[in-house]
Amino acid sequence: MSAGSLTWFANHEIRLAWRDWLSMMTAGRRGREKVVALALALFVVGAHVLAWYFVAGYVDERTAATKPAFVVITGSVLLSWSLLISQAMESVTRAFYARSDLDLILSSPVKARKVFAVRIAAMAFSVIVMAALLASPIINVLIVRGGAGWLGAYGVVVAMGATAAAISVALTVALFRLIGPKRTRFVAQILAAVIAALFIIGLQVAAILSSDTLSRMVVLKSETLVALVPEVDSLVWWPARAALGDTSALAAVLGSSLAILAGAILLFSGRFGDHAIAASSVAASGKLQAQRTGFRRRSAARTLRQKEWTLLARDPWLMSQTLMQMLYLLPPALLLWRSYGEGTGVLVVLVPVLVMAAGQLAGGLAWLAISGEDAPDLVATAPIPRRMVVRAKVEAVLGGIALAFAPFVAALALLSIRGALITTLGVMAAAAAATQIQFFFRKQATRRYFRHRQTASRFATFAEAFSSIAWAATAALAIGGTWFALAPAAIGVGVLFAARLMSPHKT
Amino acid sequence: MTVPATPSTPLPTTLSTTPALEIRGLAKSFDRPAVAGLDLTVRAGEFYSLLGPNGAGKTTTLRMVAGLLPPDAGTIRICGINALRDPVEAKRIVAWVSDEPMIYDKLTPYEYLEFVSGLWGLKPTLAEARANELMDWLGLMPHAHERCEGFSKGMRQKVALAGALVHAPRVIILDEPLTGLDAGSARQVKRVLRERVEGGDTVIMTTHILEVAERMADRVGIIANGRLIAEGTLDELRAQSGRGESHSSLEDTFLTLVAEQQQQEQQAA
Repeated sequence: MSAGSLTWFANHEIRLAWRDWLSMMTAGRRGREKVVALALALFVVGAHVLAWYFVAGYVDERTAATKPAFVVITGSVLLSWSLLISQAMESVTRAFYARSDLDLILSSPVKARKVFAVRIAAMAFSVIVMAALLASPIINVLIVRGGAGWLGAYGVVVAMGATAAAISVALTVALFRLIGPKRTRFVAQILAAVIAALFIIGLQVAAILSSDTLSRMVVLKSETLVALVPEVDSLVWWPARAALGDTSALAAVLGSSLAILAGAILLFSGRFGDHAIAASSVAASGKLQAQRTGFRRRSAARTLRQKEWTLLARDPWLMSQTLMQMLYLLPPALLLWRSYGEGTGVLVVLVPVLVMAAGQLAGGLAWLAISGEDAPDLVATAPIPRRMVVRAKVEAVLGGIALAFAPFVAALALLSIRGALITTLGVMAAAAAATQIQFFFRKQATRRYFRHRQTASRFATFAEAFSSIAWAATAALAIGGTWFALAPAAIGVGVLFAARLMSPHKT
Repeated sequence: MTVPATPSTPLPTTLSTTPALEIRGLAKSFDRPAVAGLDLTVRAGEFYSLLGPNGAGKTTTLRMVAGLLPPDAGTIRICGINALRDPVEAKRIVAWVSDEPMIYDKLTPYEYLEFVSGLWGLKPTLAEARANELMDWLGLMPHAHERCEGFSKGMRQKVALAGALVHAPRVIILDEPLTGLDAGSARQVKRVLRERVEGGDTVIMTTHILEVAERMADRVGIIANGRLIAEGTLDELRAQSGRGESHSSLEDTFLTLVAEQQQQEQQAA
C-alpha cells in the first residue's frame, strides 16, 4: 500500500472511523473494551429475541410476493431509508465542519479529489455497516422463518446505505451552493432531523386520520392503501422483490444504487474540497443586537434564569436540537384534536406520550443549563449561594417545560380535567426527575457538544430514558384509574435513587 | 478617566491595615500533593505576581482563593474575611480572570456586563455607568452591542476583564491573563491593572511572561511543588538567589531559585 494511494487513504479513514466509534462506545475510557464487547453481545442476543417476538409470527416459508407483503416491506424500507439519509447527512456535515485534519490534507500535495472520493466512500461504508448491524436481528429472524431468500434483504440494506450517502452528499453540496457555508451547517442538521421525523410522523398522521391510532403498521396493512398502490409487476416493488430473494431484482437494485453512489463520488468529490475550505474559513461573525440603554433591576436568580433562556433563544441550532422532539408531538396533538367529543379513551395513548416527551426535553434543557454552562467560573465566583444557582437553573428548565406543555395541558383540560391534572403531574415528575439525573451526572462541557452528551455517561442516558418511561407508564395507568400506577412510579423513584448512588458527585 | 472603585457593600473598617490575602497552611492533593502547606500574605494595594514552573500549584492556589476549589486544609482570609467560612461575603470583593476567557458567545459585551452586575447585585444605574467606562477604557465600545461569538481571543479576554472589574472588586486574581493577547490588547490590560493598583486595589497575577512580572509587580512570589520558595521585590529575590548583580533579570533569578529548590529536593530524596 503506497502512501497517498486510494487504499492508503481508505485505510486511514477506516482507522479514524473505528477509533471514533470505539471512543464513543467506551466514552473515551481505556480498559472498557471488554465491557463494551460484552454489552454489545448481550444487545445482539436481546435484539434477536425482540426481533423474534415481533417479526417471527408474521413470516413463514409461504410468505409470497403479494401486494400486501410488498406494501409492508416497502414501507419498512422507506422508514429505514429516511433514517439512513438523516444519519448520512450528519456524517457529511461533520466531514465539512468538524474534521480537524482538513488543513493538513488540503495543504498536502495529494489531489483533493482523491481524498474526498475516499472520504465519501468511507461515509457510505460506515452508513451501510451501521444499517446492516441494526437490521441484522430482523433479517436473521426473517431468514430463519422464511428461508434463505431473505438474504436478499442484506443486499437491499447495502443499496439503501449507498443511495442515502449519495443523496445526502448531493443535498449538502446543493445547500452549499444555494445558501452558502455559513448557513449550511444549521440547515443541513435541521433537514436531517426533519427527514428522519417526516416519514414516521407522516405514517402516524395517516394512521390517525384513517383509524384514530398512532400505529404505523395500521396504515401499511390497510386495505385502502393496498388498493391504491401499483400492481405487483411495477418497478416500485423491486426493492421489496429483492428483499424476498428475487435475484434479478436484487442485481438491478444493488447495481443501480452503487452506480448512483459512484456517480455522486465522481460528480462531487472535486467540489467537496472547495466547499470544505469555504466551511473551515467561516468565522462566526458577531450579530448586532438592538442597542438599548439602562441595565434592568433583577435578582441574581432571575438574572440566571433570563440568561439561560436568552442563550437558548439566540442559538437556532441548539433550539432546533432541543425542540426537534416536539415534532413528534404533532401526531398526538392531531389525535387530541380529532378526539373532541368522542370520550376520553384517547387519553391512554396521549398522556404517556406527552409525559415521555417532557422527560426527554427536560433532560436536554437541563444538560444545557447545568453541564453546558459556558462560564462556570464566573457563576461559581459570584457572591450567591450554590443552592441558589442550582435552583435558578432548575427553574429555568422547568419554566421552559411549562411553556412548551401548557398548551397541551390546556387543550386536555377541555377534554378532561382529571386527564389534564394527571398530565401536569406526570410532566412535572418526568421533567424534575430528568433534571435531577442531569444534575447527578453533570460534567462541564461546551454547548457545542450537546448532541454528544449521551456519550459522556451511558448510565445518565439510560437512567433518563428509563425514568421518562416509568413516569409515562405511571400516567397511562393513572388515566386508566388503577392503583397499579404506583408500581411504575416506584420504579421511577428507584431509578432516581440508583442515579444518586452512581453519581460521581455525592454532594 | 478613572473607573469608580467604590465597592457595592461596606468593607471591614480595618481594611487598609488588613492584608488583602492571607493564606496559612493551605493544602490540596489530587493524585499527588498540588499545594503543600502554603503560607502567603499579599498586602492591600500591591501588585503581586506568583511565578513557578508548570505544575507548581499556582493555578490550584488561586482557584482555591477564588472559591472555585475547596482546600483539603488551611485557611484563606481575603481582606479579613474568612473565605472558607463566609464564601459569599469574600466573593463580593474578589474578581477572578482565567487564561481562557469564559464568556457567553450569544451575549453582547453590554449584556454580559449587565448579567455580571445582576449576579453581584449591583444597582443598575451605577453598574451601567461602570460598564460603559470599562468598555470605553478597554476599547470595547464600538462592539458593545455585537454578540461575542465573532470576537478574537484578545477581545474576549477584554470582555472577561471588564466583567471582572464591573463590580469594583478590591482583590483581582488573574491566572495567565495575557496568554494569547496581541501587543496592543496586552498593553491595554496591563494599563487597566496598573490603574486599579494605583486606585488602592490589589492584583494577584500568575504569568509565564517574566518581563511582565518584572516590570509590573511590586513583589513576586515563586512557588514550586506547592510551596513558596522565595518572595520579595526583585532586589530581594536577587539577594536570595545569590545573584546580587543589578543587571541580572528576573528570568535569571527565577531559574536559579527553581534549580536550587530542585537540587535540594533531589538531595533530600
